[in-house]
Amino acid sequence: MSTDYAEDVLQGSTRAAARLITWLKNEDDRAFPCMEKLHAHTGRAYIIGITGSPGAGKSTLTDRLTHAIRQSGLTVGIIAVDPSSPFTGGAVLGDRVRMSQLSLDPGVFIRSMATRGFLGGMAKSTADVVKVLDALGKDMVIIETVGVGQDEVDIIGIADTTCLVLVPGLGDAIQSMKSGVMEIADVFVINKADRNGADQLWTEVTGRVEQDHQIKPRSWTPAVLKTVAVQDEGVTDLWEKIQAHRKHLEESGEFIEKRRNRTRQETLRMIHNELFRIVRARLQDTGQMDRMIEEILERKRDPYGIMRDIVNTWLCIPANNKETP
Amino acid sequence: MAQERKIKIIVAKPGLDGHDRGAKLLARIFAEAGMEVVYTGLRQTPEMIVETALQEDADVVGLSSLSGVHNYFFPKVVQLLKDKGLDDVLVVGGGIIPTEDVDGLIKAGVKGIFGPGTDTGEIVKFIQSNVRN
Repeated sequence: MSTDYAEDVLQGSTRAAARLITWLKNEDDRAFPCMEKLHAHTGRAYIIGITGSPGAGKSTLTDRLTHAIRQSGLTVGIIAVDPSSPFTGGAVLGDRVRMSQLSLDPGVFIRSMATRGFLGGMAKSTADVVKVLDALGKDMVIIETVGVGQDEVDIIGIADTTCLVLVPGLGDAIQSMKSGVMEIADVFVINKADRNGADQLWTEVTGRVEQDHQIKPRSWTPAVLKTVAVQDEGVTDLWEKIQAHRKHLEESGEFIEKRRNRTRQETLRMIHNELFRIVRARLQDTGQMDRMIEEILERKRDPYGIMRDIVNTWLCIPANNKETP
Repeated sequence: MAQERKIKIIVAKPGLDGHDRGAKLLARIFAEAGMEVVYTGLRQTPEMIVETALQEDADVVGLSSLSGVHNYFFPKVVQLLKDKGLDDVLVVGGGIIPTEDVDGLIKAGVKGIFGPGTDTGEIVKFIQSNVRN
């Protein structure tokens, strides 16, 4: 492996991609020059989000869906996210257990990631990792989120098609009325559909989709389908629905609009993060932070005024000031 | 670097051996020690384990065998890692390993062998002090 990881990733090197992802996760500065080079080669992969509660069958479904996608000749990158311990920072990443048969397929790259305290259902660097897999030449990227509850919806900021995996037995019709995660699905997947209550759940979810349409007509009506992932039932149907949604996005112009919004959010977030990092480092290194905190605690100053002063000071620094870190 | 570097370890069960209580317990112990643990599940071939280590950019591969296949599987994993250029990955093993086999495995490049009854803290310490920087 050469030292130019970006070039190696573009040549299809699994190892370079794997190392670059490690750097991204660690927020290692070496990642950024590589990402700059890769940018021109990204934007081709289609991104599928698989989300749902713990134990709903997201990993098994991801495994089966990947087999279905591979049969149509496309390559797949998988990002499987599991939670980090809030106490030790460690993590048991177990999603690969369901994907054993994929590990020797050269058309598939799987990466397990821990959330490392980041909320919202994904790891902080997920969007960047998607770009690496995209540049590596994967046609489809599947993001399997951590098991989510009602409110972890960050996946819609990254995925082109979001699939919400539900299972029978987790609540009554009221649950399907609620806001949050029920709103984000482009495709509802009722997994473990061989269990009691699957038909009832299907009726409730379909009812919700119809209500949504009455309240505010949308250009895409989310599909509601049943699967039994462990028996490979309904998975082809899921793949077809994802393709149908993609076709809808591309033909309606929503696809480019989605990507535009995502790019805007992402760029703003990057600027925000970098500005914040620089300002915080300076405040801490100069001891100004500690002085400010004491002043606020002693009620000599208030945090609102301090915030305004800092912003004003920083925005007035000329761009060519050599002292700016 | 804004994030603390974490040790990434693959815990794998090579071969047809179906006993994974020990491997699962160790996976939890490694996580408790702050590592990010990828558990592969049962019935892994050496090729599957090495490909997993490659994609995950693992620092450590931990192999567990209770069915007597260690003399074939452990050196094979070490060899395949070398073939892929992953020679800085630390390989350790455990399970039912007869004492007379240990030397051979160490010679083959397995850095540590831990049998039943080993203090788990000792395994964690061994990994922390022998892992690549």
